[in-house]
Amino acid sequence: MSELVFEGTTYEVPPGNTVLEALEVAGVTIPSSCRSGVCQSCLLRAVEGTPPATAQAGLRDTLRQQGYFLACCCKPDGSLEVVRPNDAGLRHRARVARVRSLNATVAELTLECDAAFEYRPGQFANIALTCGTVRSYSLASVPTEDPHLHMHIARMPGGIVSGWVHDSAKEGDFVDLLGPHGNCFYTVGNFGQTLVLAGTGTGLAPLYGIARDALRHGHTGDIHLFHGSIRQEGLYLVEELRALSHTHSNLHYYPCVLEGPADAQTHVGALDAHVTSTLSTLRGSRVFLCGHPDFVKMMQKKTFLLGAAMKDIFADSFLPAKTVTA
Amino acid sequence: MATLYETLGGQAAVEAAVDIFYRHVLGDDRISHFFDDVDMERQAAKQKAFLTMAFGGPHNYTGADMRRAHAHLVARGLNDTHFDAVKENLEKALSELSAPAELIQQVLAIAESTRNDVLSR
Repeated sequence: MSELVFEGTTYEVPPGNTVLEALEVAGVTIPSSCRSGVCQSCLLRAVEGTPPATAQAGLRDTLRQQGYFLACCCKPDGSLEVVRPNDAGLRHRARVARVRSLNATVAELTLECDAAFEYRPGQFANIALTCGTVRSYSLASVPTEDPHLHMHIARMPGGIVSGWVHDSAKEGDFVDLLGPHGNCFYTVGNFGQTLVLAGTGTGLAPLYGIARDALRHGHTGDIHLFHGSIRQEGLYLVEELRALSHTHSNLHYYPCVLEGPADAQTHVGALDAHVTSTLSTLRGSRVFLCGHPDFVKMMQKKTFLLGAAMKDIFADSFLPAKTVTA
Repeated sequence: MATLYETLGGQAAVEAAVDIFYRHVLGDDRISHFFDDVDMERQAAKQKAFLTMAFGGPHNYTGADMRRAHAHLVARGLNDTHFDAVKENLEKALSELSAPAELIQQVLAIAESTRNDVLSR
């Protein structure tokens, strides 16, 4: 018998039975369909204990590393505490440590949070203001390099959280932080693999975290970081990224703007075309895409057609909040 | 007796085939426009479920699901030519994976059995 804790209740899993079967016998309904590890409907996440490798076959590396597994293939060989995928985020209290502007429209919000907030650079978290408004922002910081959490926040017209960050947030203010969430992050290993990171606007935030996380882990393969904006003044962290590419010969930084004028090192033209013309093939590469949903969707297809395997394409679309103009 | 799905290599074979097959489909001008607005991730999951079925593996596909899933494409002009193109790409992908000719024919026969449902007939 293995012990299974699910939503605060302890169940017994008889030998040879799966987590899905044990929960169903106990009257707990988990979405399921093929019951053979193909459809991935019965995805759960282990927060304590390690699911057997057979229960994680076919899942993305980023999901595996976060303890996700398929209940229909999981015959536990030890005790497990599991949650539904969307219950994984916990609420933390975070203190504003600093707000600084990165350019005319983007601010960097630095939050001080307890160590229990464990995240991977590139994941996102939800900021909940006391008024109840919640917005998602990606994490640009790297735990071992930055003492606090960094988020890049663009001012949105009528934006409640972005307006607060830009106009009134000050050191010592408190917010609630929920998360972390998301599968767009660096997984350690395959150090010689080429990494391609492309993002528009504040899509740079997760990429900045991912690139530095890869370097910190000693990634030796080429890391191509493309950042696109409409005009030159929309780019940010330009000096930091140039400096970083000088100290790391495998990091290549490509700033790109749709409309000129631009400085000599900045490419003028569409970002997708700049990526595909710079890199002729993506066979064997790992790809990270962040930013505007249309850009992300288009690039997923283009990078896949250029040879990147589906499991090696990690994407995070930034959807505007639905209540922005309410 | 081993099923066709097992003979082809089970889930690992599906994983390998879906990338190659889907890349052929998206790169085929005759049919790629049907995939312009799709969410790649969700689409890949569907391709995987479809290939699992075509390989004779575990699945929950019914004729009604096939009809529902393709009705909007039929409204946009999906016809036999496009169905044939998809089958051609499937054959190409399986050949690239060096699947034996006889098994390829079995997979294509399973795919063929969905034609009327896919085309809402």
